Amino acid sequence: MAYSNKVIDHYEHPRNVGSLDKSDDNVGTGIVGAPACGDVMKLQIKVENGVITDAKFKTYGCGSAIASSSLVTEWVKGMSIDKAMTIKNSDIAEELSLPPVKIHCSVLAEDAIKAAIRDYQLKHGISEPSPE
Amino acid sequence: MTIPITIAPPTDTTATESRAPIYLDYAATTPTDPRVVDAMLPYFTTIFGNAASRTHVFGWQAEEAVEAARREVAAVINADPKEITWTSGATEGNNLAIKGAVEFLAESGKKHVITVTTEHKAVLDTCKYLERHGVEVTYLPVDHEGLISVEQVAAAIRPDTAICSVMFANNETGVIQPIADIGALCRKHGVLFHTDAVQAFGKVPVDVDAHNIDLLSMSAHKIYGPKGIGALYVRRRRPRVRLAPQIHGGGHERGNRSGTLNVTGIVGFGFAAKLARENMPEESARILALREALQARLMRIPHASINGSVAHRLPGILNISFAYVEGESLLMGLKGIAVSSGSACTSASLEPSYVLKAMGRSDELAHSSLRITVGRFTTADEIDYIAGTIEREVARLREMSPLWEMVQDGIDLSTIEWTPH
Repeated sequence: MAYSNKVIDHYEHPRNVGSLDKSDDNVGTGIVGAPACGDVMKLQIKVENGVITDAKFKTYGCGSAIASSSLVTEWVKGMSIDKAMTIKNSDIAEELSLPPVKIHCSVLAEDAIKAAIRDYQLKHGISEPSPE
Repeated sequence: MTIPITIAPPTDTTATESRAPIYLDYAATTPTDPRVVDAMLPYFTTIFGNAASRTHVFGWQAEEAVEAARREVAAVINADPKEITWTSGATEGNNLAIKGAVEFLAESGKKHVITVTTEHKAVLDTCKYLERHGVEVTYLPVDHEGLISVEQVAAAIRPDTAICSVMFANNETGVIQPIADIGALCRKHGVLFHTDAVQAFGKVPVDVDAHNIDLLSMSAHKIYGPKGIGALYVRRRRPRVRLAPQIHGGGHERGNRSGTLNVTGIVGFGFAAKLARENMPEESARILALREALQARLMRIPHASINGSVAHRLPGILNISFAYVEGESLLMGLKGIAVSSGSACTSASLEPSYVLKAMGRSDELAHSSLRITVGRFTTADEIDYIAGTIEREVARLREMSPLWEMVQDGIDLSTIEWTPH
């Protein structure tokens, strides 16, 4: 299995590994996937004035899954929530040159950022999900 | 004894380690021993005759080499050379043994086969094929150590059972089944007993008489011989086993398997078999010591578990899981070392290892498994290096793992409702 250089880079030097305080009102946490599938991503964002100021991730999964979630944390820092909600798995897959068999890793990363945003929104009484 | 081996570095230059890659996947295949290659060479260009050419010295010399190799292969398993049929490998041998026996016995009303859920696909897929053609197959489940019991086989035997196929040692876990007892039981009930001995041949003592075996599959490329050549042992006395040939065209190999013999491959297989037999006591002891040293070090890593019986296992295979770390990501961290994983990510189908699942391993532990095989050319330095690398990478990946974090926080993962995509 030949990994793209970008996937390897994220795997060897992952960006933003770690955790934010779940109980902090400004933090949104998304946990997606399942151990039985071999992929679990926890993605957290810190939001101030509608802008994501920090993002952290932890992933149990293959190199492509780690790279996908690491990349997302890199992208969303500095983004508004609305913009972050529009991140598409195809963008992630293209950036990392994921082969077809690994596309589902990018899908999970898209799910993760959306889940983190929704968690933040729920905490702030915004129960309506943003348009997909 | 060290044999100089030049292993070419991968052409994919993404590996940044300067050290040459270390091969520790001997269960998958082995490099052909340079001495075996030397033995084979004359048979490409000098002694190149067709072993079936009866009318000239080219054929006679080729035939002589084939028969010498046949004696060597037979000697490993205490068989008569007449009982060795050359094949293209063990996949073909498994097909020939099972389909050949069932087809031959169909006339007498035998239409039942017994096998095990952890067999190699060459056996399982052959059985699935037979099921589509009116044969009934019983797949015996294994216990959590990967073993079946003689009692299970006894309970499965029917008056119309043609053959029972149980692999001597498992290719993923190294687990060795109670072959002699199963063989004796089958003999008593007039059921043919076949064993896929690919991983065991030349590595642990295999005796077709002492182990009560009627059919046995072997492959050269697992014992430092070339790929593309194997053999099937077919018993000729007590009882005489008859097979319906699966490949027709000239009646070679006593009618069992037609086709011009792969003389160079056969010569290589014979020489590899000789080396294996002569070196077995010393080599298997050395390999066992290396594997046990690696095992002891890796088991000091928290939440590490060995897959498969520790007591009944081949010297060289270690299948181990590290909880909360996914197998393919661990493999990436072991660049420069060639091992394999039971993780779904490393299989084309995204399904985790069926062998580990059959042993009752959770999907997570199957995903987190590594198979490491020690072999003829493995050194203590290599064991040291891989142990250190695994320790480091498991720790690093656990730092990145949300599962490890939850476990450290005292959360019971089985209580979590996951949201799979």
